[in-house]
Order: sequence, then C-alpha cells, then structure tokens
Amino acid sequence: METTNHTPIEYSTEEGSNKILGFWVFLGAEIVLFSALFSVYLVLHSHTAGGPTSKDLFEVKEFMIETFLLLISSFTCGLGTIELRRHNVKGLVAWLVVTLLLGLGFIGMELNEFITYVTVEHATLQTSAFLSGFFVLVGTHGAHVSFGIVWMICVIIQLLRRGVTPVTARKAFIIGLYWHFLDVVWIFIFTAVYLTGLVL
Amino acid sequence: MIENIKSFLGSFFVTGDPMIYGADASIALATIGIVFYLTYFKKWKWLWDEWLTTVDHKKIGIMYIIAAILMLFRGGVDALLMRAQLIIPNNTFLTSQHYNEIFTTHGTIMIFFMAMPFIFGLMNIAIPLQIGARDVAFPFLNAVSFWLFFLAAMLFNISFVIGGSPDAGWTSYAPLAGLKLDPGVGENYYLVALQISGIGTLATGVNFLVTIFKMRAPGMTLFKMPMFTWSTLVTSIIIIFAFPVLTIALALMSIDRLFGAHFFTIEAGGSPMMWANLFWIWGHPEVYIVLIPVLGIFSEVISTFAHKTLFGYKAMVWSMIAISVLSFTTWLHHFFTMGNTAWVNSFFSVSTMIIAIPTGVKIFNWLFTLNKGRIEFTTAMLWALAFIPNFTIGGITGVMLSLAPADYQYHNSYFLIAHFHNVLIAGTVFGVFAGLHYWWPKMFGHVLNERLGKWAFWVFMISYNICFLPMYFIGLMGMTRRMYTFPSGLGWEPLNLVITLGAFGMGVGFLIMVWMIVYSAKYGKRDTTGDPWNGRTLEWATSSPAPEYNFAHIPQVETVDAFAHMKEKGTAGNIYKAPFQAIHMPNDTGIPFILSVFFFIAGFGLVFEWYWMAIPGTIGIIVSMIVRSFKDHEDHHHIPAEEVEQTERAAGRLS
Repeated sequence: METTNHTPIEYSTEEGSNKILGFWVFLGAEIVLFSALFSVYLVLHSHTAGGPTSKDLFEVKEFMIETFLLLISSFTCGLGTIELRRHNVKGLVAWLVVTLLLGLGFIGMELNEFITYVTVEHATLQTSAFLSGFFVLVGTHGAHVSFGIVWMICVIIQLLRRGVTPVTARKAFIIGLYWHFLDVVWIFIFTAVYLTGLVL
Repeated sequence: MIENIKSFLGSFFVTGDPMIYGADASIALATIGIVFYLTYFKKWKWLWDEWLTTVDHKKIGIMYIIAAILMLFRGGVDALLMRAQLIIPNNTFLTSQHYNEIFTTHGTIMIFFMAMPFIFGLMNIAIPLQIGARDVAFPFLNAVSFWLFFLAAMLFNISFVIGGSPDAGWTSYAPLAGLKLDPGVGENYYLVALQISGIGTLATGVNFLVTIFKMRAPGMTLFKMPMFTWSTLVTSIIIIFAFPVLTIALALMSIDRLFGAHFFTIEAGGSPMMWANLFWIWGHPEVYIVLIPVLGIFSEVISTFAHKTLFGYKAMVWSMIAISVLSFTTWLHHFFTMGNTAWVNSFFSVSTMIIAIPTGVKIFNWLFTLNKGRIEFTTAMLWALAFIPNFTIGGITGVMLSLAPADYQYHNSYFLIAHFHNVLIAGTVFGVFAGLHYWWPKMFGHVLNERLGKWAFWVFMISYNICFLPMYFIGLMGMTRRMYTFPSGLGWEPLNLVITLGAFGMGVGFLIMVWMIVYSAKYGKRDTTGDPWNGRTLEWATSSPAPEYNFAHIPQVETVDAFAHMKEKGTAGNIYKAPFQAIHMPNDTGIPFILSVFFFIAGFGLVFEWYWMAIPGTIGIIVSMIVRSFKDHEDHHHIPAEEVEQTERAAGRLS
C-alpha cells in the first residue's frame, strides 16, 4: 500500500479516509443524541417526586474512581494510536487490552453504583422523573462503553490475526475515536450530573 | 387450554371488523401469490442474488421507490377511508377508535414510509451519477439503511391486523400516548418501528454527506455541483442533527411504556410537555428533510425543460443553507397555544416568518429560470410548474399560522390541515412525481408515457385543489382536525362533500399513474441514447439504465451543468472511450438483509414485551454486526476491462 511518511496508514486508502470522516460525522450525531439526554436530565433534575435527590445518592469517592478509570483508559487508548502509527501490533494490542480492562473496571463500578441505588437506597427508574433521567443518561453512556468493549475485542482479534493493514489500522483508529468521545461525554456527566448534583 | 389459546389469538389478531377480515384475506392471498410465483418460476435465487443482497445504489433506489409507492397506496387508502367517513354528517362507517387508528397510520406512513423513502430512492438513483461516482461512499451501509426502513415499514404495517394500530396521532403526544391512557401494543408499534427506520435514516444522512464531500468527479467543486446534489447535501446535514433527537424522544417514551419510567407521565414528576418539545425539535427540521430535496428536483427539472442554466445558482444554494439553519429555530410554533410566555411565542413567531424569505428567493429564481426559456411541457415539467403556485399558497398560509395570536384561532383546525397538505403535497409529492418522470428512463431504460402522465397530472392536481382548498374555509368555520364525525346543521355538509370528492379524484389520478407505469413498461419509448431530455448534468452522460459501474471512465468536470458543457465542446464521448481499465466495485452481501430481519424480530418482541423473542433478536443483531466486522477485509472485486468493453458495446456506445 502506498503509505508515505505524510499519510498515516489508516488514511492511506480512499475507503479508509471516507470511513474515518463518516465516523466523525456519526460522532456529531452522537453529540446531538447526548445533548438531548442531558437537556432532559437537567430539566427533570428537581422533579424528585418525594424520592431520593441527587444529594442523597451521589458518593464522591465512587464517581471519582469511575472518572479516573475512564480518563486513564482514554490515555492508554491514545498510547495505542502512537503504537499504531509505528506499525507495532504488539504494543498496540497491549495498550488496547489495558484500555479494555480499565473500561471493564469502569463498567463494574457503574453497575455496582446502580445496584446500590436500587437495592439499598430504593432509588429505581420508576421512582421519579429525576431518577428516570439519571439512569437513562448515565446508562446510555454505560451501554456505549459496554458496546465499545465488545467492539474493541473484535478489533484486537483482527489485529492479532492480520497485523497492521490499512483496514485493521482504520478499525483501531476508529475505535479510538469512539473511546475518546465516550470520555468527553463522561466529563460532561461528571460535571453536569455528579458535581452539580452534589451542590444543587 | 383451548380457551387460553382462543383468548390469546383473539387479542393477537385484530377481530370484529369486516374490513380487517378483508385485509387479512387479501394479505394472505397476496403472500401466497408471491410465494407461488417465486417458486413456480424458480425466482427465489434471482430475488436473493439480484435484489436482497445487492449493494448497487441504483437497485437500492428502485427498491426504495417501489416500497414508497406501495406505502403511498396504503396511506392513500387510509385517507380515503377518513374522507368516506366524513362525507355526510353523523356517519357510522367508521367507529371513533377505528378513525383514530386510521389518521395515525395515515400521517405516520406518509411521512416516514412514503415521503422519506421516495426521496431516498431518488437520491440513491441520481446522486452518485450526478457527481460522477461509481457508488455511494458506504454501499454496505446503504443496503443496511434500506432494509431497516423496509422491515420497519412492514413491522408498522402489520399492526392493523396483529395487535392493533397506534391511535394517538402521528405526533403521539404525551400523556395521551402514555401507558395509562393508551394501553395495548399499538403505540409500541409506532415507537419501535420508527426507531428502527430512524437508525436507517441517520445512516443515510451520514452516507450521502460523505459521498458528496469525498466522491465527486475531479473538477467538480462544491459550487459546480448540480442543485439536487446540493439539496441532498443540505438535507443530510439536517438529518444528522435532527434524527438523534427523535431517537431519544422515541426511546424515552418506549422506556416509559415498557419499563415504567416517568419522562412524560403526569405523575412522579414527569413532563408531558417535554415530548412536544423533543418531538418538534426533530419534527420541524423533518419538514425540511422532505422538502429541500424536492426543491433540488424542481431546480433540475425546470432548468432542463427551460433549456437554460438555473437562474441565481448561488442564491439557491445559500437560501437552502439558510432554511436548514432556520429549520432548527422554529419548533415551538407547533404549540403556541400550550401556554408559553408572550416573549417565547414572539421569538418563534418571528423565526418562523423569516423562513419565508429564503423560500421566496427560491420561488423567484425558478420564475427567472423560466423567463425567456424555451419551455418544453413534459409531464415532469408540468409537476414542477404546478408546484410553484400551489406551494406558494401553502407557504403563505404558513406565514398566517406563524402569527402567534392568530394561531389561537387556526390551531388544530382544518385550516392547519389544509396548510400542511398544501406544502407537503404540492412540495414533496409533486416533487417526487416530477423526479419519478425525470429519472425513470435512467432507472429502467424507457420513458414513461407522456399522454397518460398528463392525464394523471391534471386529474390529480385539480382533485388535490378540490380536496384541500375548501379545508381552509371549513377550518375557519370551526371544524377541528381528528373529528371522527360531525353533526348536521353547522353548514359543514357541502364543503365536506366536496373535499371527499376531491380526495377520491386524487385516488383516480394515482390509479392512472399506476396504469401509466404498467403501460410504459410494455409500450414505453426505449431510451437508447441515455439522454432522453437533452439533460445538463452527468447522470445523462452514461447509458440508460446505467451500467453497474456507472461510468467506464470517471468524467472530468469544468463547469456547472457539466454534461451540457461537454456536449457543447464535443467531449461527451470521453467517458466511454477505449481502452478501458478494470473497475473496482463492492461485493454483494446478505448481511444487511439478515441484520434487518433480526431487527424485525427484536422489534416485534419489544412491541409485545415478549423478551424471549426480543433478546434472541438483539443477540442476532450483535452477531450480524460482528460477522460483518470480521468479513469486511476482502469485500471488493474488479470488473475486468473486457467486461467493461462488452457492456459499453452492448449499450451501443462503441462503434
């Protein structure tokens, strides 16, 4: 393939560069999707209907650990992209595996948080509009991360089987975009849901 | 045991109405007929190889249009049933429940399963050809979009025989559409089917945006693109920003109904008003998603048959861009009467009126294109010419509706019904009909019969005015929308009778059109040149129907109206000049179809809350996606140069 020093391998084919642009556009749509969920949540934040409020529920320690797990996973995912540019399959796969484990840790923490809310605090999806908004916003992000984990496993297997080709490179690059995007969404959840929820 | 089965079947199938039994019988007969035909003539393999697995944008476009015409029939029958009910006062032809279901499915089907797929069909056929490309950017995704739409349409349509149709209007307002006031599976069908087809629509938006940005022929800068391509680009951007909001609105209401959440309920802090906001934040841009592409079609048709370059090209482009931005700032005008403050209503009133300015710019540009043109009155041109005055009436009554204080009078009356049918029929429907006539030769290699086409045009267009103009007056007389019957003595009888006659006249126009299609398939003039209209844009540079690879050589573009320019310079033959090279094309694949069938299974399970069905369906979806991911490393093939040469020779392009 016609890789030069100037064109990264994932952009080296027309198909690759089209798909990367397409994915950026898709992320634009995802931003709209999450914006709608954020608006719904913020409107409903005070609609607790006598149920627990955000102040009652959120634990600083828990969501700080979740945040650090996800932020670090974004960093390791970025390190993977550097290895991708060096055409180093082993390094790339190693960093993706680290990313994946951090993502699993994040999902485990979040599931634990949800289960605690439901079983200990009796705060369920059906309790109030605020909790409907909370579970669906944070849950949609969590579902995206879980989907990303399955997707990343598929990409890792393909990288191990085929090495760095224009196709596998494009896939590794796109899952990276997706992962960083989820990190950005989480930063908004961290600010607009958890931090704001502790003060307001 | 037998009692249980009986009661299950009694609620599973819709019972009690002779018309529904008639529909059951005709669905069963049609299915048996199709299966028999395919088996007897050994067509199953043909169906699978040529259609179900294709990734060719031209075939996908044809499938979109066939499905859209079927849905136009279904939605049209709904409309005729409504008008039959309203032909005389105190009529008992339909019950109130049946009427509710019919106006809901009429609106939903016409917007989601007729207008959009019809437009996507025309985009699929024309866009890659207009920009000189061999396919869309993502042919696989294109097939996914189509099959998601198609199976979602089937899912929505079986609701009237299995389980019951949705009945809360196509806008499905909360709390009316919530579980408490609307139990049963009808609304679930609405939510799930639209969610599935919405995924396909979003993918179409992404696909055409990337196609137009990245796959244009060399030399075709953005401001040398044909106007239909521009309109598709603008529409794609609207889709990308609008559809995710619908996704969320539908998802939240599904979660409310299926899992007992409180987004739009009245109790536990839910906010029914939020549904109206979310729905119309998508819904108003949606109006432009089905309008802007046809503005592009009219531009192509008017310029072609006036035999002139489009007047005010740049003004046309910028006005579309302005409309697309403004379309996101007007959603609240759909509920001026819901108790917003005066300032809020004023803002949305003004933002709505502003849209009339770029729209007016476009109207004048078409008129100036016609000015001093050598106008050729083909059927496509007639539809385009009829669009201008009829659409303008709809546009002006739209400005009347945008005046918030006056809207308190017009709101939810037949005045509104008349307004939006005036823009949607004179805009979208006339537009897709014009496009159908215009691109038909490119799709099938023959021209539609002009004589029958003109009959259909006049019958449909006159009936349409007989149907909708009286609605303005009956609306001002106080008749509100969604009334299943009306009392005598209000002076509404004559106009309702006229409206119904007009509606049936439109039905006659549709039948003539169907006859025209059948007749033309047999006797239509063959298009041997590939350029039956003396066209101006690149789709007319290749043969009709276009070969699989579209262009033997990718054309070089120098100006707007690239093909007209090539014909002037005598370089039009360059795209099929020997020697040829092998052409790189995507492989056919069955995955989009299979994936969509799993969506159907999962969706049907969700509608009935049968998780034993929904969960395996969802697993099927995920597995299909994984299989695709592992198989897409070698999904292309080459058409050898000799085969290209043979194809061009067979099309009569090589001497």
